[in-house]
Amino acid sequence: MPQTLFEKIWNAHVVAQDAGAPAVLYIDLHLVHEVTSPQAFSGLRARGLQVRRPDKTVATLDHSTPTKDLHLPIADPLAAKQVAQLEANCAEFGVPLYGLNSERRGIVHIIGPELGLTQPGMTIVCGDSHTSTHGAFGALAFGIGTSEVEHVLATQCLLQRKPKTFQVRMGGALQPGVTAKDIILALIAQIGIEGGTGHVLEYTGNAIRALSMEARMTVCNMSIEGGARAGLIAPDDTTFEYLAGRPFAPQGEAWERALAGWRQLPSDEGARFDQTVTLDAGALEPMITYGTNPGMGVPISGRTPDPDALRDVGQKNAARKALDYMGLRPNQPLLGQPVDVVFIGSCTNSRISDLRLAAGVLKGRRVHPRTRVLVVPGSQQIKRQAEQEGLDTVFKAAGAEWRESGCSLCIAMNGDQLEPGQYAVSTSNRNFEGRQGRGGRTFLASPLTAAASAVEGQIADARMYTG
Amino acid sequence: MQPIKTFAARLLPLPSENIDTDQIIPARYLKVTDKAGLGDALFTDWRARDPNFILNQPRAKEAGILVAGDNFGCGSSREHAPWALLGFGFKAVISTSFADIFRNNALKNGLLPIVVDEATHQQLMSLAEEDPSAQITVDLAAQTITLPDGRAVTFPMDGFVKQMLLQGVDEVGYLTAKADAIAQYEQAHGGTLRTQPSLS
Ligand code: SF4
Repeated sequence: MPQTLFEKIWNAHVVAQDAGAPAVLYIDLHLVHEVTSPQAFSGLRARGLQVRRPDKTVATLDHSTPTKDLHLPIADPLAAKQVAQLEANCAEFGVPLYGLNSERRGIVHIIGPELGLTQPGMTIVCGDSHTSTHGAFGALAFGIGTSEVEHVLATQCLLQRKPKTFQVRMGGALQPGVTAKDIILALIAQIGIEGGTGHVLEYTGNAIRALSMEARMTVCNMSIEGGARAGLIAPDDTTFEYLAGRPFAPQGEAWERALAGWRQLPSDEGARFDQTVTLDAGALEPMITYGTNPGMGVPISGRTPDPDALRDVGQKNAARKALDYMGLRPNQPLLGQPVDVVFIGSCTNSRISDLRLAAGVLKGRRVHPRTRVLVVPGSQQIKRQAEQEGLDTVFKAAGAEWRESGCSLCIAMNGDQLEPGQYAVSTSNRNFEGRQGRGGRTFLASPLTAAASAVEGQIADARMYTG
Repeated sequence: MQPIKTFAARLLPLPSENIDTDQIIPARYLKVTDKAGLGDALFTDWRARDPNFILNQPRAKEAGILVAGDNFGCGSSREHAPWALLGFGFKAVISTSFADIFRNNALKNGLLPIVVDEATHQQLMSLAEEDPSAQITVDLAAQTITLPDGRAVTFPMDGFVKQMLLQGVDEVGYLTAKADAIAQYEQAHGGTLRTQPSLS
């Protein structure tokens, strides 16, 4: 029987399956960060258990860490305690940690791929819903809660029911000024934020094949915003070129062996999916969200909805509530909406290619006086590379702030946050109420749209700048 | 974890759809290193914004079951969301659907995510809105909720998870008992990745 990429990975990782019970699924790589792990390590300690495979586990600090003045002690005592706790847990249980002063530190979903830890065919978990990012390599990667973090620490396994499969076929070719972020925002606007619930997505088609690894990660990153546990893209030469020579990638003969296995992974001709949806990438415009969940997206030239014109009562109420929170009128064009803050960062869009796109727009221009711009690279390595390319100079000359790596304004746990009522164009992945700070209002968009909006001080069409 | 027995509890209506984990408990409360005390942070921004918000009303403390709109718990993987709901005093959430990770996290902590059909949901929501003292009975073993009018409605529940909840045991024991199978798997499929030594 022809098999999908998902089925091949799943079948290769089932350790045991008792009748009526979920599968015991083996985990090849467990990523850990400071926010969702302390209670899991406490649980291990309370049961007298060890970390079974510290050599398949890796930790970093990203969520509550400062993005400036790293040489100073962390000002927030709770964050400081959480950071110290992870350091102590990793030391006690022998888990490698990319700590505050490590050159390799960064957002957990950025450094896995960057270090070559993320590889095709693997199962990867992390106490973080955006673990779906790693699916860009053809790895089955999904977010778990803290109880499950403890399970994986203790046994390197998880109990899982097999999810269903959902193919997202993306044909055509992107127009200039339209990016991977616009693909995924358009998809979620179409299928809705629970469209993928219970499913693993596989993105296929020419438009996906044409994407760079970094762009594929942007797409897979937001699979969870469509309700899916995971998103997958079959590995191909683009994947292998990205991986070759990375520190933890196999070398020499081991590389050749791995490569032969990875080439077997793509879904077989005729493999069946439980669902399929088709989109034409060539028809896409840059996208932006107007509301309070990632499914509330429209083309940049579009308008907010008119709740009165919506038939479905649920949708009507949701649109009304969203517009009310956002302080927007029905039928209001998004272009021209004033913007207080622009955030370029997060595990969705803080890789070097994202920073290059944003710098391309900002080069030789100034940020509008009413707007504050924060550029937060996804890892210390990306920061270094951007500095070698002079991107930091472009950002600073334009009037943007250039920071150390971390989650920062994506989740607003580290002191970087919106003030109540402020409007932000953000390259991150969630526009939930208060996500970027209590009372803050978020428009999700691509790095190009974010940079163009920074220049104009209002939501802008980046295609005017990318000629 | 305590075994879950049959229980009766009052309902609290929260009719919004797509309630995400950032609303259930905002990220700034995630800097804790234990699970206790999060009940105070439950829906804290909605409570601060509106003094009449249902969780600010005295009846909230008397309720044990939250009746919420479709796709409850979407968003992040934070287990702090079920910890906060349990900390506040809820034993179950009833909705027409739940986000995957939230449902898993809830079940791991003995918070029951109960899925009912649209019509039952509407009936429960109206009941909760009209009569704060109305109680329903949840019987996990039978997988039923019994409404005040005596009607019993069944709800779906994974059989394996149900046994765990009825016995009050978690999955760690089941998994650690598989140590031999895990060791065998590792021998056969070692995999080449080693995260150590870490790079400086
Ligand atoms: S950047 Fe945002 S979405 Fe990504 S891991 Fe950090 S907090 Fe989560």
